[in-house]
Amino acid sequence: MLLQQLLNGLVIGCVYALTAMGATLIYGILRILDIANAAAYVIGAYIGWYIFDLTHNIVLAFVVSMLLTGLLGVVIHRTIYAPILSKPRLMPIIPLVAAVGLFTLTSDIVRLIAGGGTKAYNLKFDTDVYHLGGLTITPQWILILVLTCMLFLVLWFILNKTKMGLAWRATAEDAEIAQAMGINTKSAMALSYIIGYGFAAAAGIMVGVLYNSITPALGDVPSYKMLAVIVLGGLGNPVGTVLAGILVGLAETLISVYLPIGLPKDSIAFIALIIILLVKPDGLITRKNKA
Amino acid sequence: MFSYVVSVVVTIEIYALLALSLNVITGYAGQSMMGHAAFFGIGAYTGALLTNAGVNFWLAMPLSLLVTGVCGALVGVVSLRVRDDFLAITTIGINFVVVALFNSMKVFGASLGLSTKGAFFFGTRMNNTHYMILLTFLIVVVCLLMRKMNHSWFGLALATMNNDEGAAKSFGINVSQYKILAFIIGTALAGLTGCIYAHRMGIIFSSNFAFTFSITILSMVVIGGIGTIRGPLLGALLLGAAPEVLRFADDYRMLVYGALLVIMVRFQPQGLLGENSVILRFLKRLTKGQKGGAVHE
Repeated sequence: MLLQQLLNGLVIGCVYALTAMGATLIYGILRILDIANAAAYVIGAYIGWYIFDLTHNIVLAFVVSMLLTGLLGVVIHRTIYAPILSKPRLMPIIPLVAAVGLFTLTSDIVRLIAGGGTKAYNLKFDTDVYHLGGLTITPQWILILVLTCMLFLVLWFILNKTKMGLAWRATAEDAEIAQAMGINTKSAMALSYIIGYGFAAAAGIMVGVLYNSITPALGDVPSYKMLAVIVLGGLGNPVGTVLAGILVGLAETLISVYLPIGLPKDSIAFIALIIILLVKPDGLITRKNKA
Repeated sequence: MFSYVVSVVVTIEIYALLALSLNVITGYAGQSMMGHAAFFGIGAYTGALLTNAGVNFWLAMPLSLLVTGVCGALVGVVSLRVRDDFLAITTIGINFVVVALFNSMKVFGASLGLSTKGAFFFGTRMNNTHYMILLTFLIVVVCLLMRKMNHSWFGLALATMNNDEGAAKSFGINVSQYKILAFIIGTALAGLTGCIYAHRMGIIFSSNFAFTFSITILSMVVIGGIGTIRGPLLGALLLGAAPEVLRFADDYRMLVYGALLVIMVRFQPQGLLGENSVILRFLKRLTKGQKGGAVHE
């Protein structure tokens, strides 16, 4: 039974980690909390749904949705965030306000285009559930676990083994010095947005497949939970984010099953967040060990 | 028709008080507060519980102000340790947790909401007109106090702190004390507004104080002009009247909110009536010679 709950938590945690990864990559370079990343999650889920509905090819849905949403991220960065950040900042809260506005705007555009109701993915597998010892495993879970591992491996490879990744890490370390060294910081920022929004889109489709329903309000809870995850992961630290995402997923599942505290599940992440921030104001994992 | 106008005015006035109170924390002290609705809610629930327990409305008002102020002081203490973006996230978290408490604890009526018997003034049940008079009075008092505050030692200290915390410290300004004080003033005022709101509405639900409402309050401050008195007032007027004026376009309300926020922050981060904004510059050009608008900071 415990094992089953651990598995439940792991699957949810993977989705959290994937959603939060985008915000982490963006924070790593631009130092802004991009709540609008949750909009990418909604948009990704809807683009994926439309493509799956047309072609019944889930791989195509993932690829096209991640690409389109990633490109949208670059456009949003170029047209909105970059100009805001280039001005002398009046208040630290200003980019965050822009992000909140953007999130509200995009989820509402999705609602107006796709309608307010729920849409079902209806992705069919050969078997409904696998039984492994006492465990019940659905094919959806396997899909999510495998895909998350794959995406994180790709991310690890890009960040650590390619020139692009080196440029990203240098820009995250110190954008000005990196620029002085001839690194194209603009493309590093674009990389953040393509990967960040793309991952969020993948997470959106995964949730759509997992619960078999998507609504325009899909991003509401993840948008703020994502903040909790990236802070717990030490803002801008990709490895920390994966750990924190899984940790939050596990904690939520286990606490709601074994330690009912009478509060809704979604507030657990925030209580943990508040306590941890008070003890360690820079997040759980500080920025020493980067990717 | 008259009563309809009055009820809209009351809503706008409540928004105005909330925007003014958030402005003390975000505008003057420069602290990232993104959970203001939680304190509005704490005030509302405190007020409602007090009058339900038989306490007079006029006594419940200062009491809710006090209770909320104490809660705000706690957040102020937190702000000494957790800053900027982290503080924003922490306050978002506080908002979610507070709403979750309202929504799950029996004392607060859980999901059924908490109803009040309304407020009485010398035996007569207060209607919207009475609330309008009360709120107008409060807004005038608050605006006058804030004007006074801006030119006081406290206001100058906040402005210095907002510009450069390190420099403020080196001048011997007790930054910690002023930060906490700003939080107390801002949240206490929100609590007082909450108490009035609870009695005016008759019934309150946890969803009235959700994070989205915090964003609405913040939008008023940012759209109007952060760090000024006229800004939050204009913001409250615009966002308070918008749902009525845009009634035909009710479906697009959130769209308009979001778009407004993005456009404002992108092109006019200082707000419509903030320091050196397009509108003010235009007005100044019209009234060349005589200086327009009070200068703050």
